[in-house]
Amino acid sequence: MGVGIEVRGLRAWFGASEALHGISVEMRPNTVTAIIGPSGCGKSTFVRCLNRMHETIPGARVEGEVRIGSTDVYGNGTPAVEVRRRVGMVFQKPNPFPTMTIYDNVAAGLKLNGFRNRRELDETVERSLHMAALWDEVKDGLKKQSGASLSGGQQQRLCIARALAVQPEVLLMDEPASALDPISTAKIEDLIYQLKERFTVVIVTHNMQQAARVAEWTGFFLMGDLIEFDKTQKIFTTPGDKRTEDYITGRFG
Amino acid sequence: MTRTRFHEGLDELKDRLLRMAGMAEQSITRAINAYRERDRDQCKLVFASEAAINADEREIDELAVDLLALQQPMAVDLRFILAVIKINADLERVGDQAVNIAERVEQLLTVPAVELPIDIPLMAETASKMIRMALESFVLGDADLAEQVLTMDDTVDRMNHDIADVMIELIKKSPQVTEQAMDAIIIARNLERVGDHATNIAEDVIFWVRGADVRHHLGRS
Repeated sequence: MGVGIEVRGLRAWFGASEALHGISVEMRPNTVTAIIGPSGCGKSTFVRCLNRMHETIPGARVEGEVRIGSTDVYGNGTPAVEVRRRVGMVFQKPNPFPTMTIYDNVAAGLKLNGFRNRRELDETVERSLHMAALWDEVKDGLKKQSGASLSGGQQQRLCIARALAVQPEVLLMDEPASALDPISTAKIEDLIYQLKERFTVVIVTHNMQQAARVAEWTGFFLMGDLIEFDKTQKIFTTPGDKRTEDYITGRFG
Repeated sequence: MTRTRFHEGLDELKDRLLRMAGMAEQSITRAINAYRERDRDQCKLVFASEAAINADEREIDELAVDLLALQQPMAVDLRFILAVIKINADLERVGDQAVNIAERVEQLLTVPAVELPIDIPLMAETASKMIRMALESFVLGDADLAEQVLTMDDTVDRMNHDIADVMIELIKKSPQVTEQAMDAIIIARNLERVGDHATNIAEDVIFWVRGADVRHHLGRS
């Protein structure tokens, strides 16, 4: 099941440059939230703070509080690896392990976590590929075909299956469909809609129609601030802030 | 400012709608002049305008649908286009009301003129004023002005009832003017509908500007 995400006074830096100026927001369990905003507004930094990916960049640091369910993400004694297992991530460019088979790609995270039981591995791989709506397309070449042999859209769904295999509670997606054709994009969007039954999903997107289609909640970021966070329907029909309206109607600049 | 082509499209939509609005408003004026002056020529002008108004309605709808399909408008732009589509339909109906009135006037010209104790031109002026104010609120994007239109609808409704009451009494007393009185009732009814269309237009302007649905007295302050 998905869990809620609670962010309080989140600030993030790249060296001396402050990328997020104190973000506070709450996301409910089993919802899809879209994060929109112009390039450089801090939206990717924001989601990378949710699973402690931000701190992997040299000179980067974070202040403030992030809670994923009952876990204090930046609390003393919370291991980053554990956070990242519970908060899966899918990136813009599909990045399957190129030398591994489809099966091994999905099983990689589990094996890394010490899973060895063959039957359980088989079951988890199949279940994850089903959830990622990829099973029917790859079931015959699971252990023969490499992940890199799949199409771009299939590779992205493979990456989603890989993220789901370790049974996260939250799924972060950073522009997951921007490199895909409209049919693959539609499949990913359908998938996101189904995934919220089991996970809490946060998706960063430049495509506002995509945000409107998949997300129930939308946050608009601008220059490191969360300008507006509301129901998607409200944001795209009657946003409360002039800056949100200017951005989504293309009146910026 | 970005999306220049899109915003030019929105401007064109507004211009086209206002041009059509001018024709619809003129048709009502001509129909009432025809009534007042018993002038068949003005009726003909009303009939001649109808085709142009109908053609405009189709073209405005096409333009609006193109913008929706090709530009995927959001927020205030989306509300604007939705408002234009609805206002467009109301204006076309205003044109139809003018035609209905002109048809009644042609009918009246076949029977002797009688002095009726009612003021159709006054009612027409009030309904026309509602249309003009609603359109001005659309031009200016002024929701406060649009709200004033909503308050005027009751006046036109009352005028309609009063005219109907007076004419029914007249028919009882002087059955020989039944035809003239019935035509007056129908013309008043047409003008009352014009007021309703002005109200709809004003509500659409409020929706566009404020994002608030005030139809059927919902959310009206």
